[in-house]
Amino acid sequence: MDWGALQTVLGGVNKHSTSIGKIWLTVLFIFRIMILVVAAESVWGDEQQDFVCNTLQPGCRNVCYDHFFPISHIRLWALQLIFVSTPALLVAMHVAYRRHEKKRRFRNGEKIDIEELKNEKFHIRGPLWWTYTSSIFFRIAFEAIFMYVFYYMYDGYQMPRLMKCNAWPCPNTVDCFVSRPTEKTTFTIFMLAVSGICMMLNLAELCYLVIKVCWKDSRKTT
Amino acid sequence: MNWAGLYTVLSGVNRHSTAIGRIWLSVIFIFRIMVLVVAAESVWGDEKSAFTCNTQQPGCNSVCYDHFFPISHIRLWALQLILVTTPALLVAMHVAYQQHQEKKLLVLTGHGDPKHMEEVKKHKMRISGSLWWTYVCSVVFRLLFEAVFMYIFYMLYPGYQMVRLVKCEAYPCPNIVDCFISRPTEKTIFTVFMLVTSSICIVLNMAELVYLVVRACARRGQHNSNPPSGKGSFYGHKLSSEYKQNEINQLLTEQDGSLKDMLRRNPGLQEKGDRCSAC
Repeated sequence: MDWGALQTVLGGVNKHSTSIGKIWLTVLFIFRIMILVVAAESVWGDEQQDFVCNTLQPGCRNVCYDHFFPISHIRLWALQLIFVSTPALLVAMHVAYRRHEKKRRFRNGEKIDIEELKNEKFHIRGPLWWTYTSSIFFRIAFEAIFMYVFYYMYDGYQMPRLMKCNAWPCPNTVDCFVSRPTEKTTFTIFMLAVSGICMMLNLAELCYLVIKVCWKDSRKTT
Repeated sequence: MNWAGLYTVLSGVNRHSTAIGRIWLSVIFIFRIMVLVVAAESVWGDEKSAFTCNTQQPGCNSVCYDHFFPISHIRLWALQLILVTTPALLVAMHVAYQQHQEKKLLVLTGHGDPKHMEEVKKHKMRISGSLWWTYVCSVVFRLLFEAVFMYIFYMLYPGYQMVRLVKCEAYPCPNIVDCFISRPTEKTIFTVFMLVTSSICIVLNMAELVYLVVRACARRGQHNSNPPSGKGSFYGHKLSSEYKQNEINQLLTEQDGSLKDMLRRNPGLQEKGDRCSAC
């Protein structure tokens, strides 16, 4: 079970999304997951091995690394991407439930074409609208939470070259050097920018759904 | 055979599960297996190479690592996930057996064409009769395995926190030696995460168990208040006129016996049954 499997699972949801939702899914898979897998993982691959401290004291490097990097950027991004993509499954479950209801009506005698039922696209109306809107809201919430966690944990989005460490067993204060700080800063800012774009897309989709419903309601009343 | 293979096998079971069962399966695959593969494995990847002891004594590193980590978290989680997902295969086997019975019945009643055979494969089985017991057993086993593994984790690694420093005095380490674990905070975070998802899965399994029991009681109450009348004519009418798969299902599960019993009870099928050499 890896990113490919997640793509298969979410690809199915794509059919019932709005156009903005489809764009969002594409941006997620190409500019975030793919970049994470093909580029970012190799940048952070040697993060502990090449974290060098100016001491021979055994254990000092481990302790300093653990002190400055409680959870690595790569793992945080992986968790962020998992959490941000799973609200779409709420929509998939709701659509599956509606299909199941239709099948039940078919079994009770109503004439419904089975093939059509499988390929049918459900319009985002009624309770499905609420499920869809909640899923977008959760996406936005998770994005925001993770962006804040990044900012809080790493004091901004820049990777410093040098860190001064005085955790036990390091003798006094010791200089520790991070590997590839500029490349890491570049990728951090890139992922931040794409995360921001995804949030914009989600907000736009939310506005679009709300406006569509209000416009439909006003047409009904006139 | 890897996690993707397991996913393929279990997706088939998904069709015959309850809604809670499907949610449980999604939680297992997305929040546990996927997190294990894409994140946790890289955190624990260098656990031995970056395990540093404050000594130059050869062998001390290996011995201390082995003393404090008899079995790594990653392997324990992999075992846990495999054992927790496999009871669903009991249900898959039972469903396959029931489908086989249905196909035999179809052939006997003259509906043995490929179209009807395909329908048998595709439709969703109702969780009643003996299938209900199998399903409930599989949920109980899942709960049991989850609980056992959570206890093993607690026994092997007291508390769920990974410490930064361990003091080791196993031979050949001279006296007591300080050993430092790599990425203890990140490991603690992932241990807590996997623990939380494991608890969520336990809660889902308990909810599913309660749901199945309540549904069975409700169904039994309904059945007692509306008993079916004239079973012989019911079968004769339904089989000879319009073929509806769910009614056949109900037939087989309620009778819960061999085809012989069914044919014995239904005189309408006897002419066709006479041709059956196995009866």
